[in-house]
Amino acid sequence: MTTESAALGRPAPPRLVGPIRGLIDIYIAEARLAIAQQLQYRAANYMYMIGMVAEPVIYLVVWSTIAVQQGGSVGGYTPGAFAAYYIVWTLVRNINIVFTPYGWEDRIREGRLSAQLLRPLFPIVEDLGFFLGWKPVVVLLWLPIALFLSLVFRPELSPSLLQVAVFAVSLLGAYLIRSLNQSSLGLITFWTTRVGPIFQLYIAAELLLSGRLVPMTLMPAWVQSLASFLPFQWTFGFPIEALVGHLSNEQLFGGLLTQLFWIIVGAILVRVVWHFAIRRYSAVSG
Amino acid sequence: MRPLRLFGLFLRMSALNELQYRANFWLQLLQSGIAVGTGLAVLGLVFSQTPALNGWSQPELLAVMGVHILMGGIIGSLIQPSMDRLRNDIREGTFDYILTKPEDVQVLSSVREIRIWQAVDVIVGLVVLGLAVAQLQIGLGVVPALAFALAIVFGGLMIYSFWLVITTVAFWIVRIDEIAELFQGVYQTGRWPVTLYPGWLRISLTFLVPIAFAVTVPAQALTGRLTPETLVLAVAFGIGLLVLTRAFFRIGLRHYSGASA
Repeated sequence: MTTESAALGRPAPPRLVGPIRGLIDIYIAEARLAIAQQLQYRAANYMYMIGMVAEPVIYLVVWSTIAVQQGGSVGGYTPGAFAAYYIVWTLVRNINIVFTPYGWEDRIREGRLSAQLLRPLFPIVEDLGFFLGWKPVVVLLWLPIALFLSLVFRPELSPSLLQVAVFAVSLLGAYLIRSLNQSSLGLITFWTTRVGPIFQLYIAAELLLSGRLVPMTLMPAWVQSLASFLPFQWTFGFPIEALVGHLSNEQLFGGLLTQLFWIIVGAILVRVVWHFAIRRYSAVSG
Repeated sequence: MRPLRLFGLFLRMSALNELQYRANFWLQLLQSGIAVGTGLAVLGLVFSQTPALNGWSQPELLAVMGVHILMGGIIGSLIQPSMDRLRNDIREGTFDYILTKPEDVQVLSSVREIRIWQAVDVIVGLVVLGLAVAQLQIGLGVVPALAFALAIVFGGLMIYSFWLVITTVAFWIVRIDEIAELFQGVYQTGRWPVTLYPGWLRISLTFLVPIAFAVTVPAQALTGRLTPETLVLAVAFGIGLLVLTRAFFRIGLRHYSGASA
């Protein structure tokens, strides 16, 4: 609040890289707002979450069945290892939920962006803060679901302390990469207000190239090498495998560095797209 | 046959309305194409690791996928739009306008919104089904075809009943917007035969959320797996569910408090 009123006195153009202190204040304010809002809609949050859990349960059942049929394991994964993979998946997915291009579509079509542009704050910073603030609520609600899934599907999981630490950091990396990329995608709505097919194409690519559908080692070799040039697997496969896989220390730290690389790329991309996109914005009243 | 006439009337109206926006057809076709492509890639991946999944061969699972897309088209064009509108009307109080009309409230609330472009998925689903049946090389007899049609009709009616029951809950709990997300998630389980899932989940997907009847049973009809008992059960359960749904909707209606109150 204080940040906003102080800033109102001297209008500044929206910018991403502002004084660090001010940015942190904004993130904290957005986070508080998100927690207060989302706690009101616990039932709604839960419905959303249960709908989301169906996806990994389907993959888990299909691939466990294949593992059993193939004599106990497929691609090195036993049913217990698949259970661990897809239960950790549910946490990674929840952390990965970000402001979608559909949100941008609504925001731009309905002209709500006009109000946001008046604030001396880059709109994407608001989104980042709000969704990050929502996460503690999400993790709290996720715990009973994880417990239930673990009782039903019996995951085999024995991570080291280092793995847990890398996993925790990689969650933030995954969140930032996915947020920034989806923001860039969302900015396409400045040119066309029908982002559906483009977004669906992105989700299809993510499904196949990120480890969201199956652990990447089960994919054909050419898909794996294609994926290594793209950011997708650093938002699903890497965090999950950091916890449940057998990555070496170099792979763990190298993975975090690669995440950092993709965060920087994502931040630059969103900045560049914004630069061109905002010139195209026009709204009817507000 | 007043309900059918009403349905025909609303169908004509929405067709006239949506034909103004022809680009939507291509967008929908593009989206369906992406979905089919992804589905085929997933099937390809599964069958690169195993020759059959729980006894289902690749063409048989392709048939399941076809039914899943087809039923998704029916839900998206006929069922969900009216239910979304009903939910919003109850929340905002505009449901008043329905009550003042001299027609059956349930029928009117169930046919008001039809999105014809969503029906592209019905055609895409039929194409996928055609490919699957051609690959199966067992041909398609008259009896299986009739059993399939019957299973699709009753499967659709069961999904409709399920949607109406959960939407009726809005008379008590006002904000249930996420119910659509919940259903979309659960509906994805139908992409695979429900026999694949562990017992508790299989039973839930049969009698709690009737996805087994809506997708797996029609696919069984085409792949020569359907027993007459299952089909009789589907019809009986469908009729029972329709009767229960109507009763529940009437109870819910009594709890509607209106907009001006």
